[in-house]
Amino acid sequence: MEEVPHDCPGVSSAQAGRGASCQGCPNQGLCASGAAAAPDPAIEEIKEKMKTVKHKILVLSGKGGVGKSTFSAHLAHGLAEDENTQVALLDIDICGPSIPKIMGLEGEQVHQSGSGWSPVFLEDNLGVMSVGFLLSSPDDAVIWRGPKKNGMIKQFLRDVDWGEVDYLIVDTPPGTSDEHLSAVQYLAAAHIDGAVIITTPQEVSLQDVRKEINFCHKVKLPIIGVVENMSGFTCPKCQESQIFLPTTGGAEVMCRDLKVPLLGKVPLDPRIGKSCDKGESFFAEAPDSPATLAYRSIIQRIQESCSLRQPKGENLVGS
Amino acid sequence: MEAAAEPGNLAGVRHIILVLSGKGGVGKSTISTELALALRHAGKKVGILDVDLCGPSIPRMLRVQGKAVHQCDSGWVPVFVDQEQSISLMSVGFLLEKPDEAVVWRGPKKNALIKQFVSDVAWGQLDYLVVDTPPGTSDEHMAVVDALRPYSPLGALVVTTPQAVSVGDVRRELTFCKKVGLRVIGVVENMSGFVCPHCEGRRRGAGQTRWSPLPGLCAPGP
Repeated sequence: MEEVPHDCPGVSSAQAGRGASCQGCPNQGLCASGAAAAPDPAIEEIKEKMKTVKHKILVLSGKGGVGKSTFSAHLAHGLAEDENTQVALLDIDICGPSIPKIMGLEGEQVHQSGSGWSPVFLEDNLGVMSVGFLLSSPDDAVIWRGPKKNGMIKQFLRDVDWGEVDYLIVDTPPGTSDEHLSAVQYLAAAHIDGAVIITTPQEVSLQDVRKEINFCHKVKLPIIGVVENMSGFTCPKCQESQIFLPTTGGAEVMCRDLKVPLLGKVPLDPRIGKSCDKGESFFAEAPDSPATLAYRSIIQRIQESCSLRQPKGENLVGS
Repeated sequence: MEAAAEPGNLAGVRHIILVLSGKGGVGKSTISTELALALRHAGKKVGILDVDLCGPSIPRMLRVQGKAVHQCDSGWVPVFVDQEQSISLMSVGFLLEKPDEAVVWRGPKKNALIKQFVSDVAWGQLDYLVVDTPPGTSDEHMAVVDALRPYSPLGALVVTTPQAVSVGDVRRELTFCKKVGLRVIGVVENMSGFVCPHCEGRRRGAGQTRWSPLPGLCAPGP
């Protein structure tokens, strides 16, 4: 069933509600009155809510399966190792919510309180929210069109009682669509520190990631930097490492061409996937792995970048 | 709203297969491409419809990135990837002015383009139309299933990798197929183990296979 006409001029267009294609659209009256183009009051509400959140980081990629959720989860684990740092991890991949499994929180439920939804706490200083916690069965499919997904994201940002948080990490689905636009729009007034963009070395990934970088420029989202994941693999039998070589220079060349920082490269360690499947931190599983060292270096660079972007003059509520 | 469609541009297409996965990066586009090439090798005429509007990967995989799409009386002419014209392809990748241009569209606009891709591309006579999709269970999937429904698609090929994180999303995709009445032809487990090209040492995939088909979802037939 179509929700809007085929050639809808757009709710914020001057033709909204007035164009020929608007005839018969259920929203025609709303658009013609100008109400649809008015700013969403939720944006101010979210700005207020986010006053207790010091730093907000979006983890993006144009490409699926490059390791956004894996990285988001381990960024959260890494930051939360300092028990004085309050970390929040928000999963806005509505159709494919991986974070509950990766964090070992499958089956947990979300509770309501007077001050909103309570996130699920893995540690005292690490809270998690995902649509995965709202499904009655892990096999339930969330078959929602854009507007309904946007509504969920609005609720996640406005109605979750995060408390006082040093870092809010937002894990996103692949692409440049509703979820991404909504996250950026709803957080517009709340100052996002920036985006961490994940890629793999393959050109098939890079071509999607260049689009994601352009998306960030389009919506004026600062880019903290790019992480090249699955960056090289060493065969455990013969120790050969020239296996998954980048054919077009990998993230290094792309970052140089597009003038964005390369935060680091994480090699492919099969134990990472296993840790995610078991819902455990890879850092605990393999503290000496080159991948762990790479992650830690990248996390440090992200922290440094965030501290440089500390907004001046804002009345941030400290703990 | 939609009447049972006149056959139109899909009149000459014998079989339609959707390639789906709840999970990103498991190899839908790779498998769609390899499936098309395998069918061509078997003497079939194949079309590929790439409805991943945000991340259109197929043009590069078939080395036709940058090609232009032309119009004819029946609509858009798909791009032929070979001299013999045995594989044709339509992708939003061909409609972008620059390859790095981001398609930053919300659902309704994506739905409209997908409907056009289904009804306004002059596919001609095809044995198979392979439809590559983005990950998820959202606008693109609903739009393409709705648009193709009058043409009775053969069904869906659902792609996963062995990791539990993938299988979880794919079980949701199977639920989607059941809800929208799309038959599941079967499941492909991609990246199922690794063979080192140097020492040919065989490794099992980084996760154990947790796959167990949900009863009733993978059975053949409507």
